[in-house]
Amino acid sequence: MTEEPVLELRSVRVVYGGVLAVDDISLAVEPGHAVCLLGPNGAGKTTILRAVSGLLGFHGGRVVAGNVRYRGRDVTGAAADRLVRLGICQVLERRHVFADLTVADNLRAGAFARRDRRAVAGSQDMVLDLFPVLRERLRQQAGLLSGGEQQMVAIGRALMGGPELLLLDEPSLGLAPLVVADIAEALREVRTRTGLSVLLVEQSSAMAGAVTERSYLLESGRIRAGGQTADLLADDQVRSVYLGASA
Amino acid sequence: MSTFVPLLFAGVALGAIYALIALGFTVVYRASRVINFAQGGLLALGAFVTSWMVLDEHLPFWAAFVCGTLLTGLLGLAFQLWVVRFAIGRPEFTIVMLTLGLASVIGGVLPTLFGNNPRSNGDVWGASSVHVGSYQFFWVQIWTIIAAIVVLLVYGAFTRFTKYGLAMRGTALDPEAATAVGIPLRRVYATTWFIAAVVACIGGVFLGGYPSTVNPTMGNIALLAFPAIILGGLDSPTGAIVGGFSIGVVQEMVQGYQPQHAAWLGNDFYLIAPYLVMILVLLVRPYGLFGSRPAERL
Repeated sequence: MTEEPVLELRSVRVVYGGVLAVDDISLAVEPGHAVCLLGPNGAGKTTILRAVSGLLGFHGGRVVAGNVRYRGRDVTGAAADRLVRLGICQVLERRHVFADLTVADNLRAGAFARRDRRAVAGSQDMVLDLFPVLRERLRQQAGLLSGGEQQMVAIGRALMGGPELLLLDEPSLGLAPLVVADIAEALREVRTRTGLSVLLVEQSSAMAGAVTERSYLLESGRIRAGGQTADLLADDQVRSVYLGASA
Repeated sequence: MSTFVPLLFAGVALGAIYALIALGFTVVYRASRVINFAQGGLLALGAFVTSWMVLDEHLPFWAAFVCGTLLTGLLGLAFQLWVVRFAIGRPEFTIVMLTLGLASVIGGVLPTLFGNNPRSNGDVWGASSVHVGSYQFFWVQIWTIIAAIVVLLVYGAFTRFTKYGLAMRGTALDPEAATAVGIPLRRVYATTWFIAAVVACIGGVFLGGYPSTVNPTMGNIALLAFPAIILGGLDSPTGAIVGGFSIGVVQEMVQGYQPQHAAWLGNDFYLIAPYLVMILVLLVRPYGLFGSRPAERL
């Protein structure tokens, strides 16, 4: 791997008001690649995404050691709006659509940081292409859609920001297996169309396996293992930690 | 019958002012869940500054009105940027106390700068009126209603069609998601304070029109606008408008009819009536007519 990573974390330690959340996290996402963070609840997966997207401050957290590098530049502790403009967009856990706004306005809000109208229109065409069902829902309130459709709105909204690095926090949460497969397919499609890089947090092996090539296994705020997603998911010991059961 | 139309008209004119004050409260509350107790103070300040520019500096009324509105808006903005901003992330109560502090600072400064005497708002209408049939309408009241409607329409268009309007709606619904899509919350908060102060000034200038005056205690009307906000729902601009006009009409009707028909309720019952309406509405609809229930946990 001679190419410079899109995203690189070097020995990152995050603290929420004095409580250590993750420590000594080092990981990299290469351009155009998709990487998954696996691990049980409370392992620190979401914290790592927040450290990258600038949302730690919103939750009273801070990177106290190490640094986060994006396309070769140190962005540790940068504000979320600046990171979005640099091309880092996050899909939040539990979707967080703007419930009272229409689907169209949700997508418009996703493009808040962009000025190029033609590029924004292009992104919207792509989103409606990927999720055709949203085209019929454009005038409806996002909060009234089904869980799967809301997840599509959430992903579509993040894509409207024109990301080079897409962060996804458990997009499979609470969705039926068929819907998960649809969303996984759409994410693969986005990757081939735009060449963006992905950092995915998942507990669903179906989503992780379908979307990413490489994974890190997290437990208790530290990285325990790393490798090909398929290998990690096949490993019995990993499965026991990851599924939280002695399989 | 002959008193009904004038009372209704006076009620709508008073309601227009309540609607403006209520809108000011709502704009800030929606974005940051803070009740801005300085709204009344800003209203009085705007009225005084405008009046001063007309009467003492001899600016034309409209120029003074625009300047006063902008100055009040900038003061609201400055207060947010230099004071409130540092309390963001603390409990909302801290910010509420800061707004109470600003209210008492304004309350103290106004008499010092402009004296304690009531003064004219400096408008161009004075006590002039128009006669329609047997009815007489004051121009200042007609313009109050027009101004309120224009402000409400502009505000509606702003939230609906502009990027920052969308950002304000998004922030009100879900600040974390707003942050995640790159909306700078600080700028949204600053915008809401600017708008609230601008709206306060407009309300203040019209409130000071004939037969009323500009005086240091005029800001207390903000407390009377409270039933309007609660009635409409704290987080709903539509509610602020409907609540404002309803309370205005209720108050004028009670003031007009109650002394003859229910004198035993006392002379100032019209001041209590809005609160009674508010209590009744809250018993039936705890979040007001248009307010949203807190989102349920997933």
